[in-house]
Amino acid sequence: MFATAAQPVTPPPDPPPDGAAVEPLAAALRAVAERHDRQAFALLFGHFAPRVKAYMLKLGMPQARAEDLAQETMLTVWRKAGLYDPARAEPATWVFTIARNLRIDALRRERHPEVSDELLEQQEDDRPPADALLAAGQRARRLRAALAGLSPEQAEVVRLSFFADLAHPAIAERLNLPLGTVKSRLRLALGKIRKALGDEDP
Amino acid sequence: MMPKHHPSDALLVAYGSGSLGEALSLAVATHLARCPLCRAAAAEIDALGGALLEELAPEPLAADALSSLFARIDAPDGWMRRDAAPVRLPAPNPCRALDGAALLPEPLRSYVGPGMDQRWQRIAPGVRRIEVMPRTARGGTAHLLRIAPGTALPHHGHGGTELTLVFAGSYADELGRYTAGDIAEADGETRHQPIADSHEDCICLIATDAPLRFTGLVGRLMQPFIGL
Ligand SMILES: [Zn+2]
Repeated sequence: MFATAAQPVTPPPDPPPDGAAVEPLAAALRAVAERHDRQAFALLFGHFAPRVKAYMLKLGMPQARAEDLAQETMLTVWRKAGLYDPARAEPATWVFTIARNLRIDALRRERHPEVSDELLEQQEDDRPPADALLAAGQRARRLRAALAGLSPEQAEVVRLSFFADLAHPAIAERLNLPLGTVKSRLRLALGKIRKALGDEDP
Repeated sequence: MMPKHHPSDALLVAYGSGSLGEALSLAVATHLARCPLCRAAAAEIDALGGALLEELAPEPLAADALSSLFARIDAPDGWMRRDAAPVRLPAPNPCRALDGAALLPEPLRSYVGPGMDQRWQRIAPGVRRIEVMPRTARGGTAHLLRIAPGTALPHHGHGGTELTLVFAGSYADELGRYTAGDIAEADGETRHQPIADSHEDCICLIATDAPLRFTGLVGRLMQPFIGL
C-alpha cells in the first residue's frame, strides 16, 4: 500500500455529463411551448439557426435562400414547440426533420408524406415504456460516438446521403462504386448506429 | 399482422434524408404506418440526421435575424392569427368509411380521397387502376392497382425504382410473395412478373420515381403499362 500511496493520484477526467448539450435545449423547447419564453427561444435560435443554414448551404442552396429557410425552420420551432415530444426524439432530431421538410417543400413543391401523429398516438402501446428509453443526452452521446466510429468509407456514404441530395444510384456513380456497395456500406453504418442506440450497453 | 417484406436500409435513409421523391416517400410512409419495426428504424435515421446537423460548422446569420423573426411573430397577421385556423386536416368524409379507401392507412388515404370504389379504370383484362398522384416535376408517380385473382402483369424491367405496397389480397413474383402491409422494392436490375395469387383482388400501390434518370443503366425493356 505504501508504494502506491506515494503515487500522485490523477483522477480520470470527468466525462461530460450526459446530455450536457441536450437537456438545456429540451428545457428551452418546453419553455417556449409552455409560456412563449423568448429568452429560451433565443437560446434555441443561437444554437440551431446557424446549423440549419449550414445544412441548407451544404445542399446547394444559395446564401439568401439558406438564410430564409433557417428563419422559416425557427419560426416553425416557435409555433410547434408544443408538439415536441422529448421521449421520442432529441431536439436536434426534431429540428432536423422540420428543416428537411421545409426544404423539400421549398425546392420541389413536393411534400414529405409522413405517418400521422394521430396514428402514433393510437399505437402508443407499440412504443417501449418511457423508462426503457435511453435518456436523450445518453442517446445523443452514443450516436455521436457511433458516427465517429464509422469507417471513412461508411461515413462518406452516410454524409453524401444526407448532404448531397442525390439518389443512391447517383451517389454510386459519383463514387465510382457499384450500387450494391453503396447500399451495403449504408447497411453496415446503420447496423453500428442501431447497436449504439440499442438497449444493451455498448 | 406484422409485414414480412420491409424497405431496405438504403431506401429508409433516402426517405429520412429527404432525397426520395414524393411518390416513393408516400409508399414508404404508408408502410411505416403499419410497421412498428420500420418506424423504429426510421426514427433512428432521423436521429442520425439530427446528429449530422449538430456536427455542421455553424454559418452565422444576419445580425438582426433573431429580432426580425420576433418582429414576424409579433406582426398583427403573424403566427397567432394564422394558426387560429386548424392545420390542414382533411374534412371528415362520411362516405369514406363506406368505400374501399377505409382499408388504406394514412397518409395514402388522404392522397386517394373519397369515392375510391367508383374511380377504378380498366387498363387491361383483370387490371384496374386509380391515379393517386399526378406525375411530379421530378417524374415520380403513384397508382393504385386492382388485379383480379390469377391475373399476371406483363413481365417487365424498371427505369428507376418501383415500390409496390399491398393492402388486400396478395401477389407473387420472382422475388417473393407479398401480402397486406408488405413492400416490394424493384430497381434497374430487377425484372419480374407479378401474379395475383389469392382468391380476392390484389389491391396495391405502385410508386415509381423518374424513369428517365436511369436511362442507359438498363435497357428500357418494357413499360408495364402506359402511365406507370
Ligand atoms: Zn417494415
